Amino acid sequence: MDTLLSLQHLKKYYATQKAVDDISFDIEKGSIFGLLGPNGAGKTTLLRMITGIFYPDEGQIMLEGKPFNPAEDISKIGYMPEERGMYKKMKIGEQALYLAQLKGLSKADATEKIIYWFKKLEMESWWNKKVEDLSKGMSQKLQFVITVLHEPKLIILDEPFSGLDPLNANLIKDEIYGLAKKGSTIIFSTHRMEQVEEICDHIVLVNLGKKILDGTVADIKQQFKENIFSIETNQIDNIIDNGIFSIVRKEDNKVYVKINEGYDSNQVLTHLISNNHPIVAYNELLPSLNEIFIKLVESTHASARAFQNI
Amino acid sequence: MRKIWLIIQREYTTRVKNKRFLLVTFLMPLLIIGLIFGSAYLTSTGTEHRKIAVVDPNGFIKNSLKNTSQIDFEFPQNIDTSNYSSKGYTDILILPKFDSAKKTDYILRSKKSMGLMMQNSIGDKINNAIEDQMLQDAGIRQNVLDSIHKASQYAELKAYEDKGNASKESSAGLAMGIGYASGFLIYITLFIYGTMVMRGVMEEKTNRIAEVIISSVKPFELMLGKIIGIGAVGLTQFLLWIILITTLTSIGMGLLPADLQNQVTTLQQTNGQMGGAAGMAQASESAMRIYNMQHTISTANWPLIMGCFIFYFLGGYLFYSALFAAVGSVVNEDPQDAQSLMFPITMPIIFSYLITNMVTQNPNTPLAFWASIIPFSSPMVMMARIAYGVPSAVSYWELALSMIILIAGFLFTTWLSGKIYRTGILMYGKKVNWKTMMKWAFTKQF
Repeated sequence: MDTLLSLQHLKKYYATQKAVDDISFDIEKGSIFGLLGPNGAGKTTLLRMITGIFYPDEGQIMLEGKPFNPAEDISKIGYMPEERGMYKKMKIGEQALYLAQLKGLSKADATEKIIYWFKKLEMESWWNKKVEDLSKGMSQKLQFVITVLHEPKLIILDEPFSGLDPLNANLIKDEIYGLAKKGSTIIFSTHRMEQVEEICDHIVLVNLGKKILDGTVADIKQQFKENIFSIETNQIDNIIDNGIFSIVRKEDNKVYVKINEGYDSNQVLTHLISNNHPIVAYNELLPSLNEIFIKLVESTHASARAFQNI
Repeated sequence: MRKIWLIIQREYTTRVKNKRFLLVTFLMPLLIIGLIFGSAYLTSTGTEHRKIAVVDPNGFIKNSLKNTSQIDFEFPQNIDTSNYSSKGYTDILILPKFDSAKKTDYILRSKKSMGLMMQNSIGDKINNAIEDQMLQDAGIRQNVLDSIHKASQYAELKAYEDKGNASKESSAGLAMGIGYASGFLIYITLFIYGTMVMRGVMEEKTNRIAEVIISSVKPFELMLGKIIGIGAVGLTQFLLWIILITTLTSIGMGLLPADLQNQVTTLQQTNGQMGGAAGMAQASESAMRIYNMQHTISTANWPLIMGCFIFYFLGGYLFYSALFAAVGSVVNEDPQDAQSLMFPITMPIIFSYLITNMVTQNPNTPLAFWASIIPFSSPMVMMARIAYGVPSAVSYWELALSMIILIAGFLFTTWLSGKIYRTGILMYGKKVNWKTMMKWAFTKQF
C-alpha cells in the first residue's frame, strides 16, 4: 500500500523537556491509525508538527512522498484538536462557512458541503443558532463536520468521542469508516483503548517522547500474548496443574491456563481430551490493548512525567 | 492573502453588525451636536425675557438703553421698589443722580436674579451713556462723537503666519482646540481599540478556537487579520462620525431662527464687515459668534489635519494594538493577569496624553519635539503640534521623520508581538511575565 505520511526522526525539544524525541513511523493511505500514549507523552506536540503548527527541531515529515510544506499542504489536512473551540457568539452556519473558507474552499463550494453534511447528520436546523446554545455533544458534532468538510486527505482526530452519547458516537464512527473507505487517512489520538481496538488498523504508542510500540492491532496482540488459554468446562475442579500447562485462575466454569515453555496449544487440548474432561469451549486469550498499554507505560515509569534537563 | 482577507472580514463584520457598535456610533454625535446646538439655541433665543422699569433722574441715559430681544426697558412714572412687580415689571433699575466726581452704585432689584452676562451688558450700556454725556459736556458735538464711535469700534487682534511672501490668518485658540481634541480622540481610541484587540485574542485563546484556526492559517496571519479588521472598525466609526456631525451641523444651522441665519449669511458675504460699524450693530451678538466660529474654523488646514489624523490614528493603533495582542495571547482566563501585563503598555499612552496637554499650549519646546518623534507618544503629540500648522510649527522634515519612525515602530512591534503571540496563543496554564515574553520574542521558538 501507498504511504501517505512518513515521519522521519522527528525531534522537538522544549526548554524543560524533550517533547518528541526521535520518532519515526509511516501511515498508509486509507488506513485508520491510532496514536496512543499517556497524558503528556508528546502526542499533541507530534500532532501539532503534523498539522504544521510547530516546526520540528530535527527530522522530516513527508506527505505523499514530498517534504511537508505547511503553507500548501495545510488544506489537505483536517485537524480536530482535543480542546474544542468555537466562537460562542457567531452563528453556526456562518462559523462553519468561515472555517471552511479558511481551509481554502470557495464560498459556494463551502456552502454546498455544509448543507450536505448538516443534512446527513441532522443538523439543518442549527444554521442560525449560536454555539453557546449547543450542548457539548452537539458542538462536538459540529466540530467534526468542520474538520472533514474540505475533504482532507489526512484527518486528525484528537479524542473525537469524548462527550458524545453512544448514539452520536456510533454516528460519527460510521462516518469515520465511510471517510476511510473513500480514501481518507485518519489519525486517531486517544487513550480509550477499547475504541482503538475496534477502529484502528495500525497503532503507535508513544511515551516520554519516544515511540515504544508500532504495528497492526492483531500483530501487537500476538506480540504481547502470554500463551494463556481459557478452557470452558462443567467440571473445573478436575483440571489440575501438570507438565504441559499451569493454571492461572479459575472463574465460574472457566479455567485459565498458561502453556509451559516447549508445548503448544494442541498438546493442551490432547491432554484434556485424553483425560476425559468435557470441554465446551477452548480459546486463546489475547491481551487487550489496555493491558498492553498499562504494562508498557508502567514499565517506563512515567504515568506522571517528570521534568528533565536536556 | 486570501485567508487574511477572510479574517479581516470576520473581525470587521461581527463588530460592525454588533448592536453596541451601532448604538455608540450613532448616539455619540447626536449627543455632542445636541449639546452644542441645544445650548446655542437656548442662549440665542433667550427663554428669559425681562421687562425692566428704569428710574432715571438724569434723562440722558434713556437714549442708550435700547430694547433687545431679551430686555424691554421702560421708563414709567410713579414706580418704586415696592410696586414694580405688581405693575408687571420683572426688575427695577434705579439710577441715582449722576455725579462725575465719584463712583456711584446703580441698583437693580429683581424678584428673580439676573444672569451675569445680562448684568454686564446693562452695566456697559449705562457706562457708555455716561461716557458720551461727559464727552458732550466737555464740548464734543454729537456728530463728532458718532464718528469716533464708528472708527474705534471692534478692534480685533488677528494673527497671521508668514509663508514666504503670502501670509495666512492663524488662530492659536483654534490650534489648541484641534490639537487637544485630536490628541484626546487618539488617546481614547488607542485604549478602546487596543483593548478590543486584546479581548479578541483572549477570547480565541480561552475558548480554544485558536488551535483550530492555526491549523488553517499562520498565527501571524490570524493576529494581523484581527488587528487590521478592528482598525477598519475604528476607521468606519470615525468616518460615520464625520458624516453624521457635518450633516447634523447643517441641520442644526437650519434650525436656528431665520433672522439669525440671514445675518450670518450677510456676514459671510461681506467677509465680516457688513458695511462697517453700522452693520456690526445690526448683526446680533449670536450671529457674530456663529460667524466668527465658522470663520476661525475655516482658517485651519483641514485636509492636512484630517490626513495626518487618519495617519497617526492608524499608526498609533497599529503600534499599540500589536502589543495588546501579545498581552492577550499570554493571558490564561484570569483577567487580573491581563491588568498587570497591560500596565507597561498603558503607562506610555497615559504619559503621552499628559505631554499632549502641555504641547497644545506650547508646540515648540524640546519636549514637544522629542515626544513627537518617538513612536510611543508621536501619534498624540504630533497631532497637537500639527494643529499649529505645517510647516510653521512643524517643519516638513520633522513630520516625515516622525511618520517614518512610527511606521518602523509599528512594523517592529508587530514583528515582536507576532513572535510572542505564536508561542502564547497555544500555551495554557503557565503564568507569563514580560521577561518570558521577551525571551520568546528574541530566541528561536518552534
